[in-house]
Amino acid sequence: MTTETGELARLRAGLAARADDAGLLDIAYRVVDSPLGALLLAATERGVLRVAFASEGHDAVLADLADRVSPRVLSAPRRLDEAARELDEYFAGHLREITVPIDLRLLTGYRREVVTALPRIAYGDTASYAELAALTGRPRAVRAVGSACANNPVPLLLPCHRVVRSDGGAGGYLGGLDAKRTLLRLEGTEAGRTVGP
Amino acid sequence: MSLPPFEQVVQEHGPRVLSVCRAMVDAADVDDAWSETFLAALSAWPDLPTDLDVTAWLVTVARRKCIDIHRLRARRRTDPVADLPEVVAQGAESDDEGVWRHVAALPGKQRQVITYRYLGGLSYAQIIDLVGGTEAAARRAASDGLKSLREKEIR
Repeated sequence: MTTETGELARLRAGLAARADDAGLLDIAYRVVDSPLGALLLAATERGVLRVAFASEGHDAVLADLADRVSPRVLSAPRRLDEAARELDEYFAGHLREITVPIDLRLLTGYRREVVTALPRIAYGDTASYAELAALTGRPRAVRAVGSACANNPVPLLLPCHRVVRSDGGAGGYLGGLDAKRTLLRLEGTEAGRTVGP
Repeated sequence: MSLPPFEQVVQEHGPRVLSVCRAMVDAADVDDAWSETFLAALSAWPDLPTDLDVTAWLVTVARRKCIDIHRLRARRRTDPVADLPEVVAQGAESDDEGVWRHVAALPGKQRQVITYRYLGGLSYAQIIDLVGGTEAAARRAASDGLKSLREKEIR
């Protein structure tokens, strides 16, 4: 690393801190390593706004957030410290429930209701799309539940990986089927052991 | 078209702004000048026109922040308790940023010449290296541009 690169890194870190103090840091983000590959974590002052897998293209996700929420976006790890720590512990098998505040402003209406209901499926359990539809009080909205899960802005934090097909198949997952199986296996779920390719 | 995440601006233009600051203020003030520049830019960022010449705009903001630092130093030398006038500077500055919105609305050649001349402080000879054409044409573009800015009652 050249001195100039080091100096710019230091200046950028200082800028992120000052922007946060000045209320100008609308979206802070950082990228963390995980057993599922690099994860992008982005948060507003209210909470975590987005968790994105590498396959989604982190730059594309940030551009989308700039467009939909605010272009005041900076790499600012501090705001994501707690989320990163909880995810680490979760992946290590030490934490069963993630509790960091979440900002669901990207969702409205029924999709929001669906992802809000996800934590009712306990660690180590699964529910079918139909069961989740019933949990939200709309037992026939199975298809809408499927698309709400597929568009969950905060996977892992809100456990859409615990929603599986009623025939025992894993169903889709934004992070890929392997990621979903890894998570179910981590949680010691029956489906994680039995789901085929 | 929408504005990119500000982080991209910092990554792309951070080094250039650092050179401007190093050229204009003492080593001890470089960090401050750089941070003040990007803080002001971050604050204005969501409201800027998407076709803004970001490089020229940032260089201007940086020069202005450096001048602020010089003024502050000069005041401190003459009046050891004059540590507060930051608030006044803030108001003046947002007016100033409004000017660049009008500059951004000028026709291409006028905008470029005005930007390089008054923001970048380049000579007409340097400007025609960048934009082409003759020095006379560049001077004319600058004068036409200034005229339409004055018509909008802008300094």
